Amino acid sequence: MRWLLVKDLQILKRSPLLVGLLVVYPVVIALMIGFALSSPPGKPKVALYDAVPTGRGHVNIGNQQIDIAHYANQLFESITPIRVSSRAEAIAKVRDGKAQAALIIPADIISQINNLITQGTGNPTVELFLNSRDPLERQFAQQAITARANQVEQGISKQVLRVAVSDLQKVLNGGTLNFAGQSVPLLGLKNSRAIVQGTIASLAPDSQLRPALKQVVDFADLAVTGLGFATPVLGSIGSPLTVKQIELAGKTTPTASYAATIAVIVSLMFVGMLLAAAMLALERSEHAYSRLVRGLIKPEGLLSEKVLLAAGAAAAVTLAMSAFVSLFVHLEWVRFPLWVAALVLGGLAFAALGVAIGGVARDVSVASLMAFVVSLPIAFIALVPGDAVSGTLKSILDAVAFVFPFKAALQAAANAFTGSAPGIGWPLVHLAVLTLVFGALARVAMRRFA
Amino acid sequence: MSLGTQTDERVATVAVRGLTKRFGARLALDRITFELYPGEVVAVIGPNGAGKTTLLSILAGVLEPTEGEVTRADGKRFGWVPQEPGLYSKLSVAENLRLFARLERTADPDQTVNAMLNQTGLEDRADEEVGRLSGGNQQRVNIAIGLLCEPPALLLDEPSASLDPRQRERLWEFIGGLAARGTTILFSTHNVAEAERYAGRVLVLGDGELLFSGTPAEFEQAVQPRNQTAGDFETAFVRFLDEHGH
Repeated sequence: MRWLLVKDLQILKRSPLLVGLLVVYPVVIALMIGFALSSPPGKPKVALYDAVPTGRGHVNIGNQQIDIAHYANQLFESITPIRVSSRAEAIAKVRDGKAQAALIIPADIISQINNLITQGTGNPTVELFLNSRDPLERQFAQQAITARANQVEQGISKQVLRVAVSDLQKVLNGGTLNFAGQSVPLLGLKNSRAIVQGTIASLAPDSQLRPALKQVVDFADLAVTGLGFATPVLGSIGSPLTVKQIELAGKTTPTASYAATIAVIVSLMFVGMLLAAAMLALERSEHAYSRLVRGLIKPEGLLSEKVLLAAGAAAAVTLAMSAFVSLFVHLEWVRFPLWVAALVLGGLAFAALGVAIGGVARDVSVASLMAFVVSLPIAFIALVPGDAVSGTLKSILDAVAFVFPFKAALQAAANAFTGSAPGIGWPLVHLAVLTLVFGALARVAMRRFA
Repeated sequence: MSLGTQTDERVATVAVRGLTKRFGARLALDRITFELYPGEVVAVIGPNGAGKTTLLSILAGVLEPTEGEVTRADGKRFGWVPQEPGLYSKLSVAENLRLFARLERTADPDQTVNAMLNQTGLEDRADEEVGRLSGGNQQRVNIAIGLLCEPPALLLDEPSASLDPRQRERLWEFIGGLAARGTTILFSTHNVAEAERYAGRVLVLGDGELLFSGTPAEFEQAVQPRNQTAGDFETAFVRFLDEHGH
């Protein structure tokens, strides 16, 4: 096998155009796909559990009233809500993949907001459950919901600010302040100052000025109270509502890293499949196969050599590509041994698929074309967002993605690069099994060679 | 001018007994039996689809027979020269030879390569890429690879099919030299005149059956008594096939 490997490397060395194309083309395609995938369109499906009783979705701030339902309707412009009747049901929708996120609005959210506004205590919180298995979907849903949550915050803040400004005006100019359900008259700082100034001007050492001084003292007390009230109100303007974010499947992959991972795996696929298919078909088109298998090497040995060559080349190219990409995108170098494991196992699985294709093709050009034609749908099927298709079609696509190496390689590499969920163990086992299965299929296909 | 003669007293290089090959429902070879002897040059002739290439492929070890057996005198692998040169066009002549010498596990691959370059007269082409060689020189490399393991028998499938007359002449001269040194030669050909001229014995195949085994002269005699007008070997061959319904 060693000498066949040396022979194939010599042939590749003398085919610089082919090798260059084999490396540059998939890298360009992969980078374009990665770029395109960084901004997916459409509305995410979000399971929504609103526990606030009907008709109690209002927050009173001074004379103003905020209708939370108004902001919920704005949220629905950005998402496709799936209304559910319990928190558990909402979470189940995400776990089952029927929703990309779950938004839980607790029953006491209104009183939480009221407490914050009126007393400056508490931290009104809604829960957001995100499916982190697919980083693109996760980021997509997160962006849509947090953007609307920010609008709710801004709406509440605007109302609170309006009340606070009105109260401060009254403190300044005088008027009536509604506080704890009672109407309190305010003299105002300007009036107080005028009274005090007038009193001072006419002050006689033994003057009876008690009523006026009493007014000043009362105003001072109320001003202190009023400002004490305004302080927490204004403090709540910044972020009256907290979105408590919960990942349902562990650590997530940042979108840029995920796009880079896709680009790397697309390259791994192209190099592994095309090289394996072409190099096996070369034995047939050069009429060397019959010479080799008549006792010089077993067909299994020949297949193994092609798989190792293609997997090694694919892993080397994509490791170099990953190192380069890591200059711009966060990839965890401390996990480098896992990079190698993911790319080598992925390369082996793609190369095994390549030799299965090379086994049925009669010459190099047909094998290369077949490998190319097969590889693109494999990648696209694995990348179709779960909510973009119907349930039945999704099941079919999942099944197709399962029997080809792209999805498993993507999961393994995503974990290797950033530690994202799911773990790397199962995808690596999956890739190893696919390598054996496609290797066996290639062996069957090679019966047509002689 | 035949290049070898049958010597029944010697131990057969290869003995074929009841060789049968089926491809699905199609019977490609039907109970073929014959022997080959050292230094013998034997031609396998027959119309297209007669089973010539299948027979040689089984003897070469490329295909497994469905039934029957092939016994080699010393158990050594035979040299195999397929019709299409089984060479890597991007490698040089020497690199091709070295690769197969290593795969054949010869004791000293470099020495074997040099000896073979010398034997086939390819020393000055050793570093040329095979893809740039003429058809004749490619065939010489093809044969050289078949001889790397110093086989007791060399199997050639249509060896002169792509050669011009001069290249053909040089090929047969080379093969004659091998036979003279004791190598058994079995070749298939469509060129009946070539079989008559260079083979010491012919095996005539038709639809997988061995219809005749003997010298070219015996073949002509076998046909002529019933066809007095038969003028040459090729005419005799065609008439023979007609008589046998092929």
